Amino acid sequence: MSARFAMAVDTVRCVGCNGCVIACKTENAVPEGGFRDWIAQEVHGVFPDLSMQIRSERCNHCAAPSCVDACPTGASHVAQGGIVAVARNKCTGCKACIAACPYGARYVHPAGYVDKCTFCLHRVAKGKAPACVETCPTRSLTFGDLADPESPVSRLLRSRRYAVLREESGNRPQVFFLA
Amino acid sequence: MNELDVARYSHLIDPKLHIWGWEIPVYLFLGGVAAGGMVLSSWLALGGARPSRAARWLAFAPAGLVALGMGALFLDLSYKLHAWRFYLAFRWTSPMSWGAWILVVMMPVSLLVALGGLEEGELSWPALAPLRAVALRYRPLLLRANLVLGAGLGLYTGVLLSTLGARALWSSALLGPLFLVSGLSSGAAFVLLFRLSEEERHRVTRFDQVAIAVELAVLLLFLVGLATSGAAGKDAAGLLLGGPFTASFWSLVVIAGLAVPFLLEALETALNLRATALAPLLVLAGGFALRFIFVAAGQV
Repeated sequence: MSARFAMAVDTVRCVGCNGCVIACKTENAVPEGGFRDWIAQEVHGVFPDLSMQIRSERCNHCAAPSCVDACPTGASHVAQGGIVAVARNKCTGCKACIAACPYGARYVHPAGYVDKCTFCLHRVAKGKAPACVETCPTRSLTFGDLADPESPVSRLLRSRRYAVLREESGNRPQVFFLA
Repeated sequence: MNELDVARYSHLIDPKLHIWGWEIPVYLFLGGVAAGGMVLSSWLALGGARPSRAARWLAFAPAGLVALGMGALFLDLSYKLHAWRFYLAFRWTSPMSWGAWILVVMMPVSLLVALGGLEEGELSWPALAPLRAVALRYRPLLLRANLVLGAGLGLYTGVLLSTLGARALWSSALLGPLFLVSGLSSGAAFVLLFRLSEEERHRVTRFDQVAIAVELAVLLLFLVGLATSGAAGKDAAGLLLGGPFTASFWSLVVIAGLAVPFLLEALETALNLRATALAPLLVLAGGFALRFIFVAAGQV
């Protein structure tokens, strides 16, 4: 069975240190003003009765990616293991994918093309973990193959409660937030 | 209470989507007027009567309008050197891809229709003689193709936005028909600005009145559909029904762009008044305002 890469983000462990963001910027030479992952803090309640969830967010590498459907040139495509990627040489910068993405996961690179998280496919292909996962000091990020029932991410999703962002989009996101 | 703080700043998406500025509504408007112009020039020619000189030359306008619109589109691209990539692919899931191909097909078809509609010797340019022969030989087919392509062009300008499901205001199948009838009405208004024959003016004015009435009906259905849909749709409807775009939408689009020109055209017809450019100009301004407001409000 072919691979289906996914990520689990443990919101209980995440402290919002931005280590994943810095690791990504360094690994992928993300330009100023660009981003491939980011920290979201959601505060619920009214002082003093508050609760907070911290999440490391990125492209959800949806199984039904609306950005790929919207792309007129085939630049946005589904690569190995279900990873949603952009072929720079085909991108015209029309920004239809940015409008189609429910997650705000894409930005325009100063060179003109649209850029986004690749799950560090260049590292994954060599058997390494994505840069954000490798650097996370609280080990809140787990990357793996959902097609393999014994992979850490599959086991986490079997044992823990989780949610996905904007499930109503119908995009079938593949980044899971453990609660 | 829920408060979301995102440690990210990109001027294109934070705090709200802002990817398409003036270029896209300008293109959608010019494309809509061109679509209406194509449908009308075919409709007038297929109607049998000999077109007036203005109507014959106006058949060239859609290609020019679309060329202008494509210029605006080009300005919007952030990777302009790759613009040709549109024409190395056809992606059936992407209305933008459909549109890119419709634009290249409508150009030769509408130009051939215009060329074939000219009178003998009206364009004394020998190099065009073979093309004119082709245009005359296939005229019935070309006129029908022009009609279908015009409708396709008008429809696609709305479908382009409506398939972007992540944006609640655009996420309605009625956006295609809405932009199509608005384009037909704007196209008629554009044609009415020129010196048509009395009979043509009468026909095109009737056409415009029907298009405006249908547009008002589609607009109403669109708003009802949005206001009675889920939470996201209700929020989007609120932008036009009490929110930040309410004043501009109702004053510029509904009243000045649809209701007033409809009344003016009805009065002109009923009282046999001399037609002025006022009603067509209002329709055109309303058509542009509709697209500008929809592109802006959809990105909120």
